[in-house]
Amino acid sequence: MTGLAPEHEIHRRRFGRNLGLGLALLFFVILVFALTIVKVGEQPAPLGAAPALQGQAHGQPKGQGG
Amino acid sequence: MADIRVDEQSGEAGFGDYVALLKPRVMSLVVFTALVGLLVAPVSVHPVIAFASIVFIALGGGASGALNMWWDSDIDRVMRRTCARPIPAGRVEPNEALALGLGLSILSVAMLGLAANWVAAGLLAFTIFFYVVVYSMWLKRTTPQNIVIGGAAGAFPPMIGWACATGGISVESVAMFALIFMWTPPHFWSLALFMKDDYSNAGVPMLTVTHGRKSARTHILVYTLLLAPVTIGTGFTQIGGGVYLAIATLLHARFLWGAWQIWRRDEAAAIADKYKVERKTFRFSLIYLAALFAALLAEAGLHHFGFGGWW
Repeated sequence: MTGLAPEHEIHRRRFGRNLGLGLALLFFVILVFALTIVKVGEQPAPLGAAPALQGQAHGQPKGQGG
Repeated sequence: MADIRVDEQSGEAGFGDYVALLKPRVMSLVVFTALVGLLVAPVSVHPVIAFASIVFIALGGGASGALNMWWDSDIDRVMRRTCARPIPAGRVEPNEALALGLGLSILSVAMLGLAANWVAAGLLAFTIFFYVVVYSMWLKRTTPQNIVIGGAAGAFPPMIGWACATGGISVESVAMFALIFMWTPPHFWSLALFMKDDYSNAGVPMLTVTHGRKSARTHILVYTLLLAPVTIGTGFTQIGGGVYLAIATLLHARFLWGAWQIWRRDEAAAIADKYKVERKTFRFSLIYLAALFAALLAEAGLHHFGFGGWW
C-alpha cells in the first residue's frame, strides 16, 4: 500500500462502524415507533368492567392452566 | 503484517469489535431461554411487545458482557481462550467498553420497563448487577464456587421473559431459574477439566485447581444428581406435561451417565484418550439444556391446541 492511497484499511473500518451504528439506530427508531403504535392502540379497560372483558390487546389470559 | 499491526494500535475498531464486546454467543442463549420463559407463560403478549422485550433483554445481557470484558481484561490477556477478545487484542479501549456497557445497561432496563413492565426491568437490572458486581468483581477471583454463583446470572433470563408476560414471579419461573442454575456447575466444570491450563495461568480459583481434579469430578456427579429433582420436578408444574417429562427423563439419564463416567475415571485414563468423555459430556450438556427448553416450548404449543400438560 502506498503512502497516499485514498482508501486505507482504517477508512474501511470507520465506514463499517458508521454504517453499523446507523443501521442499529434505524432499527431502534422503528422498534420504538412500532411499540408506540401498539401501546397507543391498546384499549384501556373501561371502569368497572368485568375482568373477562379486560386485556383485549395485551395481557390476555390464554385460557390454559389452573 | 506490519500494516495490520499499525491498524490494531490505532484504536480504530470495526463495528464487529463492539458486537464482540456484547458476547453474541452468550446472548443467543439468553434470547432463547428468555423467549421460552415469555412464551410458556399463561398470559399472551402482543407480538411487537414480545419482540421488543426479547431485544432489550438481549441488549441487557450484552451490556453485562461488555462490563465483564472491561473488568476482566487483565485475565483475558493471559488466557488462550480469551486473548483475542477486542480489549486484550488492543482494538477497543477498556474505557470504551465501560461506557458501552453502562450506556446499554441503562438503555435496556429503561426500555424494557417501558415496553413490558417494571418487574421485568427490575429483574434485568438485578441480573446485570449480579453478573458484573457480585460475580465478575467480587466472587470470580475469590472463591472456587464462582461457577455456582455465576450460574445464577445466566439463570435469570427465562424468569425475566416470564415476568414480561405475567408481571410477576411464580413457581414455574423459579423452576426455570433453578434448571439453569443447577445445570451450570457440571457444564462448566466439565469444560474446566479439559481446558486446564487456562484458568490456573490467570489465577482464577477454579475448583479443578484449588480442590484438585478428583474433587471436581465428584462435584460434577453430585450436581448432576441434584439437578435431577429440578429437571423432573419442572415437569409437574403448570408449564410441564407428559411430553416434557418423557424427554427430560431420557436427557437426564444420558447426562447422569456422562457424569458417572467422568467420576469413575482418573486423570491417567482421561489423558490417555484426550479427555474424550469430558468433552462429550460438555457438548451433551449444551444439547441437554436447549432440548429441555425446547420441550417446554413444545408443551406450551400443545397447551395452545388443547393437548398436553397436567391441568
